[in-house]
Amino acid sequence: MTKPAAISINDLHKTFGDNEVLRGVSLNAQQGDVVSILGSSGSGKSTMLRCINMLEIPSAGSISIYGETLELRHNRHGELEPVDHKQIARIRASLSMVFQSFNLWSHMTIIENIIEAPVHVLKKTKAEAIEQARELMQKVGISDKANAYPGELSGGQQQRVAIARALAMEPQAMLFDEPTSALDPELVNEVLQVMRQLAEEGRTMIVVTHEMGFAREVSDQVIFLHEGQIEEQGAPQQVFNQPKSERFKQFLSSGL
Amino acid sequence: MFEILSYGDLGFGDELLAGTLLTLQLALASLLVGIVLGLITAAAKLSRYRFYRVIAQLYTEVVRGIPEMLVVLVVFFGASALLQTVAGWFDYTDYIEVNAFVAGVFALGLVFGAFSSEVFRGAFLAVPRGQLEAATACGMTPWQVFSRIRLPQMWRFAIPGLGNLWMVLIKDTSLISIIALDELLRWSKVAAETTKQPFTFYIAAALIYLVLTMLSDWGRHYFENRANRGVVSG
Ligand SMILES: Nc1ncnc2c1ncn2[C@@H]1O[C@H](COP(=O)(O)OP(=O)(O)O)[C@@H](O)[C@H]1O
Ligand SMILES: [Mg+2]
Repeated sequence: MTKPAAISINDLHKTFGDNEVLRGVSLNAQQGDVVSILGSSGSGKSTMLRCINMLEIPSAGSISIYGETLELRHNRHGELEPVDHKQIARIRASLSMVFQSFNLWSHMTIIENIIEAPVHVLKKTKAEAIEQARELMQKVGISDKANAYPGELSGGQQQRVAIARALAMEPQAMLFDEPTSALDPELVNEVLQVMRQLAEEGRTMIVVTHEMGFAREVSDQVIFLHEGQIEEQGAPQQVFNQPKSERFKQFLSSGL
Repeated sequence: MFEILSYGDLGFGDELLAGTLLTLQLALASLLVGIVLGLITAAAKLSRYRFYRVIAQLYTEVVRGIPEMLVVLVVFFGASALLQTVAGWFDYTDYIEVNAFVAGVFALGLVFGAFSSEVFRGAFLAVPRGQLEAATACGMTPWQVFSRIRLPQMWRFAIPGLGNLWMVLIKDTSLISIIALDELLRWSKVAAETTKQPFTFYIAAALIYLVLTMLSDWGRHYFENRANRGVVSG
């Protein structure tokens, strides 16, 4: 018996209206894997990531997280819908997400942002959550900003707070949707550095990114999406050094 | 001139003060009722269910299309007729008078609710989607997302609009004088007629309304600053 994959996606389809955005995508990530998802804008990267934690409901296919399959059923319009909202909430709580636009809660201070979900979703005591938040703020290098509001921070600092907020959920896996794409170039590295550290700790991460250096050096598996299908998939040395797909070659040479 | 505005038996100062207090009570009570109605109506307008959306829209359209004065009269006389009818079922036939204050609060609250529902609807929609998604992605329930993230941020967008509606509300309290509630305008009218000095008393009343709205503007700034805590530039 092999242990179940951390994240397993099988033949995932997603349609918006009559726009088929994902056309049969599959993925297996073991615990501790870093998977990079590459692809040009509109290829379906965000949609794939958002299906994993059910921010989008798949049109067909299946998703399992640590062996637990997300239960979906057909409603009377023939669309899939979640069977058990408690299951969805539980799985969401075990998969933190970091967004391109940070999405920190602007009415809360940094420390309030970090303790919010641990207190209200994981039902930790406030004291416990605060202690953990202080450790995490130190880890991502924003200890001095505990009582600042998100609007007072630089983009790089906000994204590091968002990562601390995600870590506070003690997630089994983390989803990153272009975490550095909204940052000024000089701020990209401080965020990538934190992410490298997380990868070294052996965290399971699915990362949509345009940072080729990160994808090449940090990931265990690289996926190239094109128009909702996987065009190239494999270990980074393999896909970067001997790409099979013409489109992926073009994508690489276009110098993104 | 100062004698008739003085405090005590000779002047009407104490009556004007009592009228002002009643005006303020009327406005504050109507604000409370109006905000509750406005929030519920806004939630209905944003509902997934067509039924709630239609009811909310109908209420807003009807109240907005009728002059405020008529809303006051309809509520006051409508409520007495209704009570009279219900009492009749229990063989009670004496004349029942509806409390003018309660009827006034209800009427003004109805108007405030209709107008503020649009302000609230816009404010709810102005809360950035991404922040709601981030909350959902943490495993928060829809109610937690609403009460912890959406509702607290909504005020930032609603307060400017609510401030304007509050100004209108203060002035609209004067409409309640037609159902014989002794608020500021009614006392001014009584004083004006008794002393035969209408100009003095109406100017005095005007100045009092002006002071109330100016104080309100100051209060609005306070609440705006509070709601904008942590938000750099708008
Ligand atoms: N909520 C939605 N409703 C309708 N169309 C959507 C929605 N989300 C994404 N799309 C469409 O799906 C396609 C892929 O989007 P996305 O997954 O965001 O791509 P990527 O992240 O690779 O840039 C785009 O054409 C986009 O317009
Ligand atoms: Mg995207």
